[in-house]
Amino acid sequence: MTALETADAVRRGRRAAAEVLDEHLAVIAARDDELNACNLVTDELARDSAQRVDDAVARGEDPGPLAGVPIALKDNLCTRGVPTTCSSKILEGWCPPYTATVVERVLAAGAVPVAKTNLDEFAMGSSTENSAFGPTRNPRDPSRVPGGSSGGSAAAVAAGYAPLALGSDTGGSIRQPAALCGVVGVKPTYGLVSRYGLIAFASSLDQIGPFATTVGDAALLLDVIAGHDPRDSTSIPGPVAPLLPSLDRGVEGFRVGIVEELTDAAGIDADIRDAVERAALTLEKAGATVDRVSIPSTEYGLSAYYLIAPAEASSNLARYDGVRYGLRVEGDDVAQMNARTRDAGFGDEVKRRIMLGTYALSAGYYDAYYGQAQRVRTLIIRDFARAYEQFDVLLSPTSPTVAFELGAKTTDPLSMYLSDICTIPTNLAGHAAMSVPFGEGEGGMPIGVQVLAPALGEEPMFRAGRVLESGR
Amino acid sequence: MSELSRADVEHVAQLARLALSDDEIEALTEQLGVILAHAAQVSALDTHDVPPTAHPLPLVNVLRPDTPRPSLDRDEVLAMAPDSESDRFRVPRILDAP
Repeated sequence: MTALETADAVRRGRRAAAEVLDEHLAVIAARDDELNACNLVTDELARDSAQRVDDAVARGEDPGPLAGVPIALKDNLCTRGVPTTCSSKILEGWCPPYTATVVERVLAAGAVPVAKTNLDEFAMGSSTENSAFGPTRNPRDPSRVPGGSSGGSAAAVAAGYAPLALGSDTGGSIRQPAALCGVVGVKPTYGLVSRYGLIAFASSLDQIGPFATTVGDAALLLDVIAGHDPRDSTSIPGPVAPLLPSLDRGVEGFRVGIVEELTDAAGIDADIRDAVERAALTLEKAGATVDRVSIPSTEYGLSAYYLIAPAEASSNLARYDGVRYGLRVEGDDVAQMNARTRDAGFGDEVKRRIMLGTYALSAGYYDAYYGQAQRVRTLIIRDFARAYEQFDVLLSPTSPTVAFELGAKTTDPLSMYLSDICTIPTNLAGHAAMSVPFGEGEGGMPIGVQVLAPALGEEPMFRAGRVLESGR
Repeated sequence: MSELSRADVEHVAQLARLALSDDEIEALTEQLGVILAHAAQVSALDTHDVPPTAHPLPLVNVLRPDTPRPSLDRDEVLAMAPDSESDRFRVPRILDAP
């Protein structure tokens, strides 16, 4: 059952939220020993939420558009009193004293939060192997990774733990795991969804977004979480038009561009290039015109990202100093306590990024690395703006490969970073993009096609995604 | 750009407040060198008249009315601290003893 169907049945009193919850908790109990998608199953919170929904229905009240729909939350989203770890030893046991705006909104809409999901520590990674609590496995083939960093959320939806999940996407951390697990994943426009209560990684890039099994369910969830929040100063002011009403309007007259640099690049599987061509054909048959487009500066996206994101992370993660929350390893003085705490609490990838970012920001290197990366970011934004003068939406692969085996890239950080080559430019530009499952590749593993749109271009993006979904 | 040395890595670790082991410093010297060599591709682009982008939104000076409102619960916050005393976070000594 989709989230839309479940919410409809619960609102009409045809199904009890408690019964829906029990079915999903049974799936988690049956599969999570193997998959390790959950850091915490929040069954108590879920039962309370389901009870509230059922009580509201019994009183003749409307519990909201997500009535009784189970949802999995990435474990970097704060819920007051519920342990939130970012899959890091440095936050093990920490309970936030406040709740993220997105969590408040899904709860107010009647959703039932079943689990906090595993991630690469502090959302740094592309395989969910960089977790202090062990890797998550891909439900389609447990010898393979689910992608990352929101691998737990993607796996939770793919395995049927919940029809919906929330993740965060800084360089592809929603779209790439969605592609690798065969589900829909959306990175909304920067500023469309409040980040209050999302534990920060790289603040000029981070965005929260939905996972779902269908494009319609992703629209349902995004409609609930989108909109201005005074508690996030980077939140876009003004009202937001809902996506669900226009979802089925098709792509007649749409101009669609296949991004050459992101589709023909070395390292992209032939199967995946073919899927993008077939996706374009599907849109063409539905009345769109398709052409190829060059966005030259996107080739430099990866290099710019791996300076900008670590630089921002090195600053954001300075707060884990053993003083106010989380782990403390004692020392003779404060500086030694800080340094020992951080060495013991952070994993290898997080340390690597903090070191990289600190170096890129340090005296003598700032202009050559960080400053230059920020200028390249401007070039990417300009190139996209030129492309969107001619096209409504763009197409590319989401990931250069299908899901790979556990351990395949853990010894070579740069090869892991290349997993995000197709998704990073969207974050640098602050635009929207989504991954829609479209066929299968090597080993029968799912392929994701990426639909890209300009800032606040969610409406055409979802309409194109919907056509791809029905035409695959 | 010049090769990354072990001394560079030790200096950056000190800036980043990371008490890295010898093995970690050795591994990072090599890994950061490889990553920085790739990242240095950005310097191939001519950007002399291109302004930097720090942030993708054109928002500036986001303000709110200066009215008091409830803050986080102090006891709840301090309960999560590694150490606290008299409604404050407690830390090891910062200055040398007199």
